[in-house]
Amino acid sequence: MTALNIKKGSSRHSAYDLRNPNSDAIERHTLAVVVDNEAGVLARVIGLFSGRGYNIESLTVAEIDHTGHTSRITIVTTGTPHVIEQIKAQLGRIVPVHEVHDLTVEGPCVERELALFKVAGEGDKRVEALRMADVFRASVVDSTLANFTFEITGSPQKIDAFAELMRPLGLTEMARTGVAALGRG
Amino acid sequence: MTKPITGAQMVVQALKDQGVDVVFGYPGGAVLPIYDEIFLQNEIRHILVRHEQAAVHAAEGYARSTGKVGVALVTSGPGATNAVTGLTDALMDSIPIVVLTGQVPTFMIGTDGFQEADTVGITRPCTKHNWLVKDTDRLSGVIHEAFHVARSGRPGPVLVDIPKDVQFAAGTYTPKARANLSRYQPRLKGDLATIEALADAIRHAKRPVIYSGGGVINSGKAASHLLRELVEETGFPITSTLMGLGAYPASGKNWLGMLGMHGLYEANLAMHGCDLMINIGARFDDRITGRLQDFSPNSMKAHIDIDPSSINKVIHVDLPIIGDVAHVLEDLLRIWRSQGRGTDKAALKKWWAQIDEWRAVDCLGFTGSDTVIKPQHAVQRLEELTRGHDRYICTEVGQHQMWAAQYLRFDEPNRWMTSGGLGTMGYGQPAAMGVQLAHPEALVINVAGEASWLMNMQEMGTMVQYHLPVKQFILNNERLGMVRQWQELLHGERYSQSWSEALPDFVKLAEAFGAKGIQCKDPADLDDAILEMVNHDGPVIFDCLVEKHENCFPMIPSGEAHNKMLLPNAETQGQITAPGAVLV
Repeated sequence: MTALNIKKGSSRHSAYDLRNPNSDAIERHTLAVVVDNEAGVLARVIGLFSGRGYNIESLTVAEIDHTGHTSRITIVTTGTPHVIEQIKAQLGRIVPVHEVHDLTVEGPCVERELALFKVAGEGDKRVEALRMADVFRASVVDSTLANFTFEITGSPQKIDAFAELMRPLGLTEMARTGVAALGRG
Repeated sequence: MTKPITGAQMVVQALKDQGVDVVFGYPGGAVLPIYDEIFLQNEIRHILVRHEQAAVHAAEGYARSTGKVGVALVTSGPGATNAVTGLTDALMDSIPIVVLTGQVPTFMIGTDGFQEADTVGITRPCTKHNWLVKDTDRLSGVIHEAFHVARSGRPGPVLVDIPKDVQFAAGTYTPKARANLSRYQPRLKGDLATIEALADAIRHAKRPVIYSGGGVINSGKAASHLLRELVEETGFPITSTLMGLGAYPASGKNWLGMLGMHGLYEANLAMHGCDLMINIGARFDDRITGRLQDFSPNSMKAHIDIDPSSINKVIHVDLPIIGDVAHVLEDLLRIWRSQGRGTDKAALKKWWAQIDEWRAVDCLGFTGSDTVIKPQHAVQRLEELTRGHDRYICTEVGQHQMWAAQYLRFDEPNRWMTSGGLGTMGYGQPAAMGVQLAHPEALVINVAGEASWLMNMQEMGTMVQYHLPVKQFILNNERLGMVRQWQELLHGERYSQSWSEALPDFVKLAEAFGAKGIQCKDPADLDDAILEMVNHDGPVIFDCLVEKHENCFPMIPSGEAHNKMLLPNAETQGQITAPGAVLV
């Protein structure tokens, strides 16, 4: 084929073209999806992932505009670059979806997750749990003679690390919200 | 301030505002108020089908043959679940239809009420969008939005679920002009820089091929005209998917015939050997691509599609153009013409010489017979004897469908209705009803196999009731022919469950319904019998007894590349490899 002088930016997938589209490498992407907050909208998004065999690592959703009734869904997903592009295009097709942002390629972003940990213990273990919580800037939101409940906010990796430390110290229950994320700047 | 009207009145008023002239439906408890309003007016005609699946296929046939939105109305529960196959069919083939379903009253939703089903839940993955309307004030706005979503962008089926209390309650009607449609506005214009790059590629291509699809037909008559201009002015060869037949005329000199698994040798080899592929409104379906790794290995690929998710879904393309076919072709032609209408004429001449060599293989040739009717021959005679008629063709699914696509010739869009993506047996007969209602004077033929045809045979009653003179042209091989063919190729000729036992006498069956029945088994009688069918003023079942073990060729065995086609009379054993065997 002749050398075609394809102009820069002629493809809408400009960020996509920077990566090898045929790469088999699995990437982790954080997507922010702004939707009309109407009945069934979450089922549409989740059904798309299950129906087409895409992964969901975490998903959070809440209304962000009470007058305009829009919600923001933050989805952490994994897949090859090709699959990630398909996920975004498929999400964009859903009628109540207004915007799809791939925070992972759109620039630096902050990702935060909130988790609650219940840790039961006595004596040294109880003291150690409290000390580690302090190191991780987790706060005590409930305490009894038998256990503490810690609240911690941070990146998923930080919460994973905290969980690993709490496990030998008497971790009995844990609840995580999944990731909320915003682009920086 | 307008006077409040009931939800049921709103449904009928909204349909009138949308220009609906016919609704296919079946009444039931949860839609009685709407049926009452239908009774009280004469503008919208209601066609009573015999099964809800047929109502949806009929709406599809109506939509595909007119370019307008088809409408079906069914009740809750089983009415809605019976509509699911039709909805999925319309989603796969991008057919604009609106299905209205009744629902139990809002206060009973979730109680497992009589004929309750979670209709919006069940139909969410098989519609473009759906709505459960719980407030009568919102009903008319939702119906207008439903029509808008169905017909805009990549068309598709939508569903509006209406609880019975919402139908009875009074509310304010929103006229069509005041409905809020702002949230769904797909972009129509393609990116100009990419279109310029495509024009450049057209100027330099040495072995180009245009591969067009159903998107050209969905885009409207203007798109077909522009496609024809592009082909005429560039001199490029053109092939089409099953869905796109008729957008470029089969009588056109640049026509290569259909491509794909049972496509023509010259079309598939042109796709394999091209250096520039221009995909216009098609989606690189697996019936088209065959083995992905070997699909058209040395070509630059351009893809025009209104649906961004079609781009790079299975085949990576070099020039993605997201937009409506007519808009993009208009820009493409304008840019290419302004650049001097250049093509590499010397290279094109060589390319056509190569294509003519492939054509000489005569891949549609078959061994004729004086004693038994060959199915290909029957379709060829049907083509000969109906050419020149104002003709619309529907099909069921299977070998007969592929023979119809290979041997019938379509010179206009919207003349060919077949279930491509979903492959729904039982589609053709109800679809033909919808076509005949939209075109009362036309010759509407459903090319069928006996097994597919039986799946919705109850609709003969509807045809007779409404005097719909559809011709059922059944290629009867007493087999599930395509299943049998695959068992021959793939399963050591063990024909598990693929024959039609205890078939009805189709002539008597026709007569039992009050229609005309014709049976033909002698090749010598075929022409007269076809003419008798065509000339009969009323519905006909034509039972054409054909060769029982004919295979449909040419064929790309599953898991193989375009250049590995099996030609007529090929050896059928050992053609499909183990990896190919898992494919469908």
